Amino acid sequence: MKIVVCVKQVPDSTAKVVVEQGRIIWGDAPLVINPWDEYAMEAALQQREALSGTVTAVTIGDESARETLRRALAMGADDAILISDPGLVNLDTQATAQVLAAVIRKIGAVDMAFFGRQAIDGDAGLVPAQTARLLGWPALTLASVIKVEGGSVHVERGIEEGRQIVTAKLPAVFSMTKDFGEPRYPSFMGIRKASRVEIPAWSLAGVGIAAPVSVITWPEIINPPSREITCEYITGSNPDEIAEALAAKILAEKVL
Amino acid sequence: MNTWVYVDHFKGNALPSSWEAIGVGKSLGQVTALVFGSSVETLATTAFEHGADEVLLAEDASLEDYRAEAFATTLENLASKQMPDLLLFPTTTRGRELAAMAAIDLKTGVMVDVTALEVVGDKVTITRPIYGGKLLTRETCSSKPLIITLRGRAFPKPMQQAGRSGKLTRVAAATGDFPTRVEGYTTSGSGVSLADAGMIVSGGRGVSNNPAFTPPPGLDEKQVEVWRGQQGFVLVRDLASALGAAVGASRAAVDAGYIPYVHQVGQTGKVVSPDVYIAVGISGAIQHLAGMRTSKVIVAINKDPEAPIFRLARFGVVGDLFQIIPALTTALKKKMGK
Repeated sequence: MKIVVCVKQVPDSTAKVVVEQGRIIWGDAPLVINPWDEYAMEAALQQREALSGTVTAVTIGDESARETLRRALAMGADDAILISDPGLVNLDTQATAQVLAAVIRKIGAVDMAFFGRQAIDGDAGLVPAQTARLLGWPALTLASVIKVEGGSVHVERGIEEGRQIVTAKLPAVFSMTKDFGEPRYPSFMGIRKASRVEIPAWSLAGVGIAAPVSVITWPEIINPPSREITCEYITGSNPDEIAEALAAKILAEKVL
Repeated sequence: MNTWVYVDHFKGNALPSSWEAIGVGKSLGQVTALVFGSSVETLATTAFEHGADEVLLAEDASLEDYRAEAFATTLENLASKQMPDLLLFPTTTRGRELAAMAAIDLKTGVMVDVTALEVVGDKVTITRPIYGGKLLTRETCSSKPLIITLRGRAFPKPMQQAGRSGKLTRVAAATGDFPTRVEGYTTSGSGVSLADAGMIVSGGRGVSNNPAFTPPPGLDEKQVEVWRGQQGFVLVRDLASALGAAVGASRAAVDAGYIPYVHQVGQTGKVVSPDVYIAVGISGAIQHLAGMRTSKVIVAINKDPEAPIFRLARFGVVGDLFQIIPALTTALKKKMGK
């Protein structure tokens, strides 16, 4: 089983992210692997353990994104590829998907491509389905259960109404949710091994495509309007009295 | 502007954000609603009643269940004959996925999970939250057609006008070999969906701290903690059920195993904006606040007066949730005549 996991480097979810002078800053919070991508890594490693094969982590980014690939290697990926090129800045999702689809084709004979359900910076959640569409593979998004039997795969997908249970043929694209189960922590041995792995960098020429054209532009990023308001504290001599007063306030806000 | 609106549904039950999308389309001009499925003609009627001028109805046994490839190809075939200026989808699991694929098929971009849009001539600028709601971005798209997914509850739902009708056009489902097979469903039974909820009651780590409860014997430390958390969520669920509200949870409560992940609100869960959000035993980590800060009225109940949640709260109670919440449930039931 040849497995690719597409990961992204993002500011840690606990970071206080703000815009100052038109730039997004996150203080001294670390850049980490996108939390959803850890579930993708976990799913990929479990498939490799069940079916044997290799797991390759891929990211698009500058040299600093090597850290995120090291994290994937420390979790257990066999190898990693950094896609890095001056032509790869401010990519929209379809441009990102074009690059990743080309990388997956270039790697060749890939059976399963894993993604996190979305990146916690851009929050788009479009790239997995777009990459699948470009490859002509089934998009098995929002997956929480995956079982491969022969050339086909059984998947449970999260939908608003519960779960949809589908079967499809490999190769396929998967996007993972937290329901899949907790991702493993890198072991000490894993971290040591990761530090020694050579990570090749592929340019666009190396991938064999021209720079993709982004069509979405974001002229302005702003801080949301302040929500700080004065809290009206409800007090009383006993819980029933407080509850009574609070119930009246709640009901006044909304006609039930 | 000639707008197409994808009507998202599950077994013929439309998600209300589909109607909100028709409302947005109507404010810009003519609206054609897309209804795909099997035996879904009544949805076409409902689309007209919410303002659609035309409905493109693809009814076929092959569309009985949502499958991304079959639905996206049906849409692609329609758009290649008669390209709209704008394609609107509700930001649902299916809507987001179809929008993603349509952008590839029609060689354009997607502006996703949009909460506001501004139209000047034929130039559209959208606003949407990023970083789980910590920031807002404005976006434009330089290619046509425009594809936009609209966040649920960000736009008003148009009034349903009984008897309103329009032009019904039957169209073909995509033919072809779509190898994904739907085997069935498990439904969550978790009540009201968070994304569409007008009211949400959420519990945090604090719900596990009831000293009055004695866990059953034979549990280890971790099991005791989970048991305590689950007991706490019984109070949260009772309050939610009295109000007809959805049940939410903080990441801490989900990670501790008190309640399944589908209930998680925040940057790595669901981003919500109900009319009323009641936070019970939630201190207000930044990821959680980002995911619920656009709620109209926030009510916080917490024993810690310094909890950050109170900075967003319109009403607050500093006190013991194990006393306040049952009393609040009783008081609400009484006032609502239940």
